Amino acid sequence: MKDENEAIDEAVDPSRRAFMGVAAGVTAAVVAPGVLLHAVAAAPRSEPVTADVRWGLLIDTAKCVDGCSACVAACDRENGLDMQSKPESQSPLKWDSQKAVWIRKVKLQDNQTGRVTTLPMMCQHCEHPPCVDVCPTGASFKRADGIVMVDRHLCIGCRYCMMACPYKARNFIHEAVHGQLTAVPRGKGCVESCNLCVHRRDFGEESTACVDACAAEGHHAIVFGDLKDPASPISQLLKDMPSRQIREDLSLNTGVRYSGV
Amino acid sequence: MATAVLRASLVAVGLVWTLAVQTVQAEDVKRYVVEGSRAAGLESCVEPTERIRRQHMEFIKHQRIATVHEGIRTEKYSLSGCVDCHISYDQERVPRPINDPDQFCGACHAFAAIDLNCFDCHAAVPNGARLDATAIAAHRAAGVGPLVQSRRDGEDH
Amino acid sequence: MKRIVYREWRIPPARYWSILGILAAVAGTAVLAFGYMEHTGHWVTGMNNSVVWGTPHVFAVFLIIAASGALNIASIGTVFHKPIYKPLGRLSGLLAVALLMGGLLVLVMDLGRPERLIVAMTNYNFSSIFAWNIFLYTGFMVIVIAYLWTMADRQGGPFNRPVGILAFLWRLALTTGTGAIFGFLVARQAYDAAILAPMFVIMSFAYGLAIFMLVLLFAFNDEGRPIGPKVLRRLKNLLGVFVAGVLYFTLVYHLTNLYGAKNDGLEHWLMLSGGIYTFLFWVGWVLIGGLLPLGILYHPELSKERNWIVAACSLVILGGLATLYVIIIGSQAYPIQMFPGQTILESGFFDGVNGQPGPYSPTIPEVLLGLGGVAIALIITVVGVRVLQFLPESLADDVVPVDEETLSEEAFAKPA
Ligand code: SF4
Ligand code: SF4
Repeated sequence: MKDENEAIDEAVDPSRRAFMGVAAGVTAAVVAPGVLLHAVAAAPRSEPVTADVRWGLLIDTAKCVDGCSACVAACDRENGLDMQSKPESQSPLKWDSQKAVWIRKVKLQDNQTGRVTTLPMMCQHCEHPPCVDVCPTGASFKRADGIVMVDRHLCIGCRYCMMACPYKARNFIHEAVHGQLTAVPRGKGCVESCNLCVHRRDFGEESTACVDACAAEGHHAIVFGDLKDPASPISQLLKDMPSRQIREDLSLNTGVRYSGV
Repeated sequence: MATAVLRASLVAVGLVWTLAVQTVQAEDVKRYVVEGSRAAGLESCVEPTERIRRQHMEFIKHQRIATVHEGIRTEKYSLSGCVDCHISYDQERVPRPINDPDQFCGACHAFAAIDLNCFDCHAAVPNGARLDATAIAAHRAAGVGPLVQSRRDGEDH
Repeated sequence: MKRIVYREWRIPPARYWSILGILAAVAGTAVLAFGYMEHTGHWVTGMNNSVVWGTPHVFAVFLIIAASGALNIASIGTVFHKPIYKPLGRLSGLLAVALLMGGLLVLVMDLGRPERLIVAMTNYNFSSIFAWNIFLYTGFMVIVIAYLWTMADRQGGPFNRPVGILAFLWRLALTTGTGAIFGFLVARQAYDAAILAPMFVIMSFAYGLAIFMLVLLFAFNDEGRPIGPKVLRRLKNLLGVFVAGVLYFTLVYHLTNLYGAKNDGLEHWLMLSGGIYTFLFWVGWVLIGGLLPLGILYHPELSKERNWIVAACSLVILGGLATLYVIIIGSQAYPIQMFPGQTILESGFFDGVNGQPGPYSPTIPEVLLGLGGVAIALIITVVGVRVLQFLPESLADDVVPVDEETLSEEAFAKPA
């Protein structure tokens, strides 16, 4: 058994590799059609992610428009969240509190000045994520590139990570799911949250669904990029404008930053 | 004495049964590869048939760790690769879920009486994002038409 | 003083089997509830993405901390050399194991993916207090079983005290660990308090003892074994001290929260405007779980009556469930303060719009699951006392060993 397992890494003969090339190409076409359409067709990732990059978002609340929820709709579509269906006998109100939401719009008012802000909230991709610390099985983990996500194969659905997250970013799948997207597996009894469109990352796309949608609306309130690259637009912006982390006092060093709150 | 005999015969029965199952499996190779799927036209899977049949779960598990934790998407043992290659389509060109009892994964797992729960979470049909019209045209031109027919919430059909 | 004789619980078979039957029926419905919840998914429960731990967790945590509290009696006997508690040690150990099993079962049956328990057993994340607790719990069972052996077997005698000390320390770690499950959740205001862990310890003392006394009184009553007023007085005084301790810690906990400006929103909500949680806090936690039993236990007349003591124990248990309901569910319902100084006007995800608490109402399957854990614990206890010698023949005053204080008094009174 053992030696056979080792053989997993053994070389493939050329004809098969050729076939796999086709298969991978087709898969890429299915999974990420954008890849084919863009002039620069980035290849799917073949090397492990490294800590040379750290993905993050900067949200400029001054540009975020009250009443717009393009980012939410785009995320729902990209990640198959719009395919969740309410169990027939469930009350709509209760279902609202039980279905998964990766990104949401929040509208705040300052108690003192009365100033109103709207902003999108999602997993903040903490550098020191409490959800990872508490997970008993290690299912909740942080990728080398800073993306915090759940390995569904290990998640036992204890929901301790949901208790620990200060941003209420996590969701438990309360019902059986059908018709999942290839790129976004999802099933009853596990926990999940925003993963910065990890499939897009691995297939070399430039941004996330929410960023694209916000830009398509002409708002450009969300910027995606590499926090570790000083030349990246997001780093440049962070250098120029005042921004902060939500619940800075917890010292989680979040990967999602906000300006204007 | 009686117990020894009993135990020995039980063991024998068990062995014969295991062997029988394996031979049956070996003979029924083609039965599970569904007619009309891409796999039906290929000589073997990404590994020799014997090997993949016995070890596919190990391969997939190995790949799953690489993909989920390291973001590697090019390894050959990907579950979506299995689905792409072994999927078959009905008359309306709608893909049939691969874990259906008469489809590739479903049929063999039903026969081997091994619970198959990959598809509790994973897509059982090739199910990419919904495409806009230009993308569909582009894919048609590239000759990958049927594969991009998404069954997303059934609205495409 | 006579030698303590332990004997199996010999109530008539018809009665024994009907008790078991009732318990098994409760456990059976819990299994059905479990099957239903797992088959359909958790949407049939009241739990949701805002209140993620619900009624099952209230029962589970209650049983787990009560388990370590139940062991207390044995510890007092062995570790602190109070011979009067010695005859009670075996039952105390049995109850500890039984309650822990019941609590853990509830916890496991509520997992989203209980069939992956094997994953939880083979993949550990050692920075998680949850993972550590798995060791604490299994270790506790092993140690208590060893402890029971040292109490019951002549050969084990010499190990009795060392094992007893180990068990005592372990139980403290276990309750602290259980408290720490919540204490580590810095994100939730109600848990952001160092006093939570000692509060859990004192709560475990009270709830464990209350359950122990109920089981003891019921078992003795049913078979007509005598309990003398001395033991009874001792136990009820102890319970009184523990209940007062819980109240004291409650006070300190809420005072620290009140003075910490950061948390006064939470306190205001809980004390005054939290609806069901405010009600459960005042009526359940403070009144039923604290003041009423204290009143009974220290009442000069009532405290001598067995039925009133039973009532006090029951109140402590009910109050305890209410307490944990407030601690576990109330603290989740209170919206997480993500934007201090701001009011949430709209939200796509129940972020506490205008301070609105998260929605939760318990459902029948959840309650059944929780009660099932209680039933399992009691089944283990009932079977245990029936087949093994856990219960002393008599706890009459002339049988129980005298305490060293009284011993020394007597020694002075009539020098032998
Ligand atoms: S925001 Fe929540 S889910 Fe996301 S990394 Fe931080 S703690 Fe984890
Ligand atoms: S619900 Fe899953 S990811 Fe979250 S703590 Fe539990 S096992 Fe880990």
